[in-house]
Amino acid sequence: MKQSIGSRLFHAANYAVLSLIGIVTLFPLYYVLVVSFTDSREYAEKNGFILFPTNWSTAAYEYLFSTSAFVDAAAVSTFLATIGTALSLIVTAAIAFSLSRKRLRGRQFILVAVVLTLLFNPGIIPPYLVVKELGLINSVWSLIIPVLTSGWYVILMKSFFDNIPVELEEAAMIDGSSDIGTFFRIVLPLSLPALVAFGLFYAVAYWNTFFSAVLYINDYAKVPLQIVLRNMLVDSSTSTGGAAAVEMVSEQQIPTQTIKMAAVVISTLPIVCLYPFLQKHFTKGVMLGSVKG
Amino acid sequence: MNTHIAKLGKKTRMSDKPKTDRLWLDIRRDRYLYLLALPGILYFIVFKYVPMWGVVIAFQDYSPYLGMLQSKWVGFEHFVRFFSNPDFMILFRNTMMISLLNLLFFFPLPIVLSLLLNEVTHHAFKRTIQSIVYLPHFLSWVIIVGITFLLLSQSSGIVNMILQWLGFSSYDFLTNKDTFWMLLTFQNIWKETGWGTIIILAAITAVDPQLYEAAKIDGASRLRQTWHITLPAIRNVIIVLLILRLGHIMDVGFEQIFLMMNGAVTDVADVFETYVYRNGIQNGQFSYSTAVGLFKSIIGLILVIAANKLAKKLGEEGVY
Repeated sequence: MKQSIGSRLFHAANYAVLSLIGIVTLFPLYYVLVVSFTDSREYAEKNGFILFPTNWSTAAYEYLFSTSAFVDAAAVSTFLATIGTALSLIVTAAIAFSLSRKRLRGRQFILVAVVLTLLFNPGIIPPYLVVKELGLINSVWSLIIPVLTSGWYVILMKSFFDNIPVELEEAAMIDGSSDIGTFFRIVLPLSLPALVAFGLFYAVAYWNTFFSAVLYINDYAKVPLQIVLRNMLVDSSTSTGGAAAVEMVSEQQIPTQTIKMAAVVISTLPIVCLYPFLQKHFTKGVMLGSVKG
Repeated sequence: MNTHIAKLGKKTRMSDKPKTDRLWLDIRRDRYLYLLALPGILYFIVFKYVPMWGVVIAFQDYSPYLGMLQSKWVGFEHFVRFFSNPDFMILFRNTMMISLLNLLFFFPLPIVLSLLLNEVTHHAFKRTIQSIVYLPHFLSWVIIVGITFLLLSQSSGIVNMILQWLGFSSYDFLTNKDTFWMLLTFQNIWKETGWGTIIILAAITAVDPQLYEAAKIDGASRLRQTWHITLPAIRNVIIVLLILRLGHIMDVGFEQIFLMMNGAVTDVADVFETYVYRNGIQNGQFSYSTAVGLFKSIIGLILVIAANKLAKKLGEEGVY
């Protein structure tokens, strides 16, 4: 079909605007990536005007991996994103499966109780006092246990398990499987795609753990990556000062721009690597979850 | 006795059996299901319901040494103190301004972007742009604030370097009271606009293609089709999103503000959570800051419930 001039102009403008939006979104990330690989002398000479470095250097990365603060924090974050994710998935899937079985007594009551937790937010102090009373302050577990599961994920996973036919379960029962056996041997393998999706979202949340650590971790040896990143990037003089104070800045020389950018790249990398998989799943997630968040 | 066991085995519900017995048998039968639910139930009790009950310290002079049971009750003293404090108006103003700026500048953008994306006929191009604009949603606020500091720093940021190169004087983005709210809005736009298009694009996809066919036959241009078909079709979704957004008007991006805050902008940056954090966690005024948090939560709860009622009235599925 032949297009009118106006319509062709519109399309050209549309493609231009969208390309511009794409560039504006990507540019900060691209710039950070490029500068992180730039030789610090070249960076100084060009005053930061670098779109493509002539002298590549991995000095910033080598420096970061030689500092124990950064490596330890990366290890904490990795721990959270793996062990935390696994625990969250198991706990969430277990209660969701249990609540998806219609014969369960008290099911409605528990469901309502779970939904109510989504409506009222007791704020920052009461949960903090609970974590403190449990003696979890300064323990990595304070970054996992208080966020082990969430009402949304329980409800979402439950509605997924609702679709698993009871007949499959009954067949397993006849073969002598208990509910727990059925859960691990039949339900979980059948729900693998959903588990992967939920796992990705948990992993991103754990990797991005920040404020829980501000609240619960004072010991600088145990902070996750986001805290170290904050202390490196957000200038200590303009920082509001968290519980995990700005020890690092005094501990070593103030990082130069390239080191800061390398730190951003390293902490963004896992997300970017997971991104293609995330993208496959998130449309479902948004339709069910985020909008309702 | 034997028949009794046989009946149990078949799990038949006998009307002559006492109710409590049946309940007990059902619970016994499903004991492993309860076991599976147990860690989750414990989690919700300890980390959701105990804190909900813990808000009573807002009505006490809570002392960590005395504990919740021994601490003195003071009624609404902390609330009265908060409302008569000039801080209250500052927190309220900042929260409202940040929320309203987001509503005004951020809220329409996913709709506009969705409409633009919907006009793209080149499939690969559309997919590429979508992939790019969804990405920032997954980055933490620490990373986004960090990048903001790197790019906008007055002494070394590339943006100020470019401004100077173009002959302008450098601009103080990061410790400037006047532009702080706008800066927050821009960050939010960069992070969440793409993500916001998902729900709108889904609504657009649901529009009956026959409507477009009919319009084409009638000679309607793409612009007219957008105006007369797409927009009316997604109007309800937009209205519901708007209502839900209004329900969360007290919720501002707290992590973002906490990270962006600095001495120079405290006046315009302080919101309920940052205030609670400072007074509660840092200064140990547990009861007072719990009262502040509780006030915010109750207003939030009322708004969310009202928003849902309204959304449901418009025939849409609410939040819960």
